[in-house]
Amino acid sequence: MHELRTGLAFFLLLNILAGMVRVIRGPTVTDRFIVAQLFGTTGVGVLILLAADAGRDALRDVALVFALLAPVTVVAFVRFAVGSDAAPGSDKEPRP
Amino acid sequence: MSPLDFLSAAFLFGGGAFCLAGTVGVLRFPDVYCRLHALTKVDNLGLGLVVVGLALQSGSWATALKLLLVWFFVLISSAFTCQLIARAALRGRGAAPWGGRREP
Repeated sequence: MHELRTGLAFFLLLNILAGMVRVIRGPTVTDRFIVAQLFGTTGVGVLILLAADAGRDALRDVALVFALLAPVTVVAFVRFAVGSDAAPGSDKEPRP
Repeated sequence: MSPLDFLSAAFLFGGGAFCLAGTVGVLRFPDVYCRLHALTKVDNLGLGLVVVGLALQSGSWATALKLLLVWFFVLISSAFTCQLIARAALRGRGAAPWGGRREP
C-alpha cells in the first residue's frame, strides 16, 4: 500500500511536469496561469498521498493550507490580467 | 490485502486516471475555456477519488474527515476560480472562445 501511494504521488508529479508544456505553448497569459492552478490541485493530491505515511500527519495540514491559498493567487491574477476596467459587477460588452 | 485495501487501491487508481485525464485535457483542448473545464472539473474529481481512497485506509475518523475537508475547500475554490478566470480571459485580454472550427 505504501508503494502504491508513493508511486501515485510520483505519477501526479509527472502530471505537473506535463503541465509545463502548456506553460511553454500557452498563447495567452491565462493559459500559463491555468498551470498554476494545476499545481494547486495536483500538489494537494501529492501532499495528502505522502501524508498517509507514518509520522507525516503534518503534511495533511500543509495540503489544507495549500488548498486555501490557491484561490488567493486566482484573485491576484484576475486583478492583474483584467485590471480595474472589468471590475466585478461592470457587465460591459466584452471588447472584440 | 483486506477488501478495504482493494477498494481504496481502486479509488486511488481512479483518482490517478482522472488526474491524467485532466492534465491531458489542459494540454489538448483548443481554447482557454475548455482547458479551464478540464482543469477545475476533472482534476477535482481525481482529487476526490484520491481523498476517498486515502480516507478508507486511514483508519481513523479524524483523518478521514480532515481529508474530506481538504477536498471540500478545493471544490469550493475551484468553483469560483473557474468562473473568475473565464470572465477575466473574456473581458480582459479578449481570448476568443473557440468557434468549433478544426484548428490545425
